[in-house]
Amino acid sequence: MKTESPHKEETVLKGIPASPGIAIGPVFVFLKHAPVIEERSILPEEVERELGRLEQAITRSHKELRKILEFAEKKLGEDKVKIFEAQLMFLEDAVLFDAIYARIRSELKNPEFVVHDEIGKYHRIMLASKDEYTRERANDVEDVRNRILRNLQEQRAISRLEGSSVIVSQNLTAPDTVILSRNEVLGYATDIGGITSHTALLSRALKIPAVVGLKTISHTAHDAERMVLDGYSGVVVLNPTEETVKRYEAKRARYQEFEARLTGLRDLPAETLDHHRVELSVNVEFEQELEFIKLQGADGIGLYRSEYLIVGKEIFPSEEEQFNQYKLLAETMYPKRVIIRTFDIGGDKLMIDSVKESNPFLGWRGIRVMLDKPDLFLEQLRAILRASTRKNVALMFPMVSNLKEVRRARKLLDEAKHQLRKEGIPYDSRIKVGVMVEVPSAAVIAEDLAEEVDFLSIGTNDLIQYLLAVDRGNDVVSNLYQEFNPAVVRFLRRIIDRGKKKGVWVGMCGEMAGDPLATILLLGLGLDEFSVVPNMLPEIKKIIRGVKYSEAQKIAQHVLRMKTEDEIKDHLKSMMKKKFPDIPIG
Amino acid sequence: MIQCEVTIKNRAGLHTRPAALLVKLAAKYKAEFFIEKDGIEINGKSIIGVMTLAAEQGSKLLLRFSGEGEEEACQALVDLFGRGFDEK
Repeated sequence: MKTESPHKEETVLKGIPASPGIAIGPVFVFLKHAPVIEERSILPEEVERELGRLEQAITRSHKELRKILEFAEKKLGEDKVKIFEAQLMFLEDAVLFDAIYARIRSELKNPEFVVHDEIGKYHRIMLASKDEYTRERANDVEDVRNRILRNLQEQRAISRLEGSSVIVSQNLTAPDTVILSRNEVLGYATDIGGITSHTALLSRALKIPAVVGLKTISHTAHDAERMVLDGYSGVVVLNPTEETVKRYEAKRARYQEFEARLTGLRDLPAETLDHHRVELSVNVEFEQELEFIKLQGADGIGLYRSEYLIVGKEIFPSEEEQFNQYKLLAETMYPKRVIIRTFDIGGDKLMIDSVKESNPFLGWRGIRVMLDKPDLFLEQLRAILRASTRKNVALMFPMVSNLKEVRRARKLLDEAKHQLRKEGIPYDSRIKVGVMVEVPSAAVIAEDLAEEVDFLSIGTNDLIQYLLAVDRGNDVVSNLYQEFNPAVVRFLRRIIDRGKKKGVWVGMCGEMAGDPLATILLLGLGLDEFSVVPNMLPEIKKIIRGVKYSEAQKIAQHVLRMKTEDEIKDHLKSMMKKKFPDIPIG
Repeated sequence: MIQCEVTIKNRAGLHTRPAALLVKLAAKYKAEFFIEKDGIEINGKSIIGVMTLAAEQGSKLLLRFSGEGEEEACQALVDLFGRGFDEK
């Protein structure tokens, strides 16, 4: 029999890096388990006491929810918190609770059982609804019920943690991510989710390191005491040895020091040593990120994901609401440019109607949806036009797969302009219009598209998925999702060349634009604009400023001749190590 | 008791906001208020009940009022549906 305390074995897991940063600390496994309810009879003289207990549980639940709402409002703005409203209203439903009180009196059953049973009736009906919105509200009903039951059982709310820890969960919803962040959260690690999931987007906005798609971490981490989470590489180490901890502490220090040194770059242009200037802008989904972006010295917003206006909303945002948001963006960034992408819904993103599709990525999404909803599309185009009066707004269409779609969208834009003119409302009559190149067919006809628009913006996330026929959210094949696949590199060259030959500028707003390993290659291929996640901006700027354009062109030519992804990556890695030994890669 | 049929005009249907408006307005009247749709009847003063109906744009609802002030209540609620819940 061993006498010394056994050290648990170090386990290394690899997931998808979702938000940069390194977290080292105690593990907190966030479990959302359904409460266990027993049916129990009570004596008539116990009724009042039981009712009092229930009343207290409701009051406590109400307090908890209010707190969550206030916190979310502060952190994300009043607009993004409508998700929580329905839950509060359920909790204030006097008819519902009168029925529950009455049943406890007449049936002489414990409140846990009656609450579970009575609210369960509504939950079941909603869950069976054909209406997607109602099915989502069923989750709210369940959440409210579980909150009351937990308070009845006088259990602590799991969203409150003592001290700081790395949160591990099977899945984190957008509200979970927000609510938990009021604790000292060092990082998030989840079983499921991809880089474009809401957990990933929110943790980036909150600047909390995160790794998602870890498959089984919520089980594996169960008895781990401590962990290391590397949001740059996607590596998670459970029960790290002292040596591992030291290694990651050193990495973290290196990054922090590096980031501090980058702050001096803020007001310098993204220009190569031989004075080739490119535009370095950022991708934005939340207006709260704007302050941060200004600090980092971006040339503008290269992609505003307008569909985030719909997050947590029950109806489509009105023209007025959209106008206010776009106007705010345009004014905050002025005189820098803001490119608004029209609603990109469908695929894995939000749907306005419930449509069952066996293959949503090849289905009703992006411009296809908006062209089928011309009234909604017109409202959005009007709102964008109205916000363009200072001439620093541009717009682009997502998921275009043929020229006809561009023509139809432009026709609607003309109609919106015509309406505004008639109404005497000002707008920028020469607003720039672009197309996202993210479907292979659009890449093939890039020259034709370029003839009808002012710019092209390459969306690499979808383009790579479609080109390589790989769903990167699918764990089984996600390793085949290769940014540096020779087919991808050659395809990019084709798009950039064809676009530039027709005299339009070509940008990139996919993740690849923010990958330091790709920067010199993209520069050398002739990319005019890089739109990156805000966190990566200083790093990319430093690389651009540290190389000659002529040299980048040579490197690109060399890479274009390579035949495997490994070859390309090895070459770029060793080049980066030589030229930028202090820039962390992968 | 009086009853009348209404059709949902607003785009969102009986989602959280409109459902809240409906329940709030109904609470101002003493009359009992029930809503029926597709054979399901719920108390019109209960938000969880109203949302259970999953009533979308174009659906028809039967409103039933009984008791003190039933006519005024009916008038006010029908009016709210008619205005499309003042949805912008």
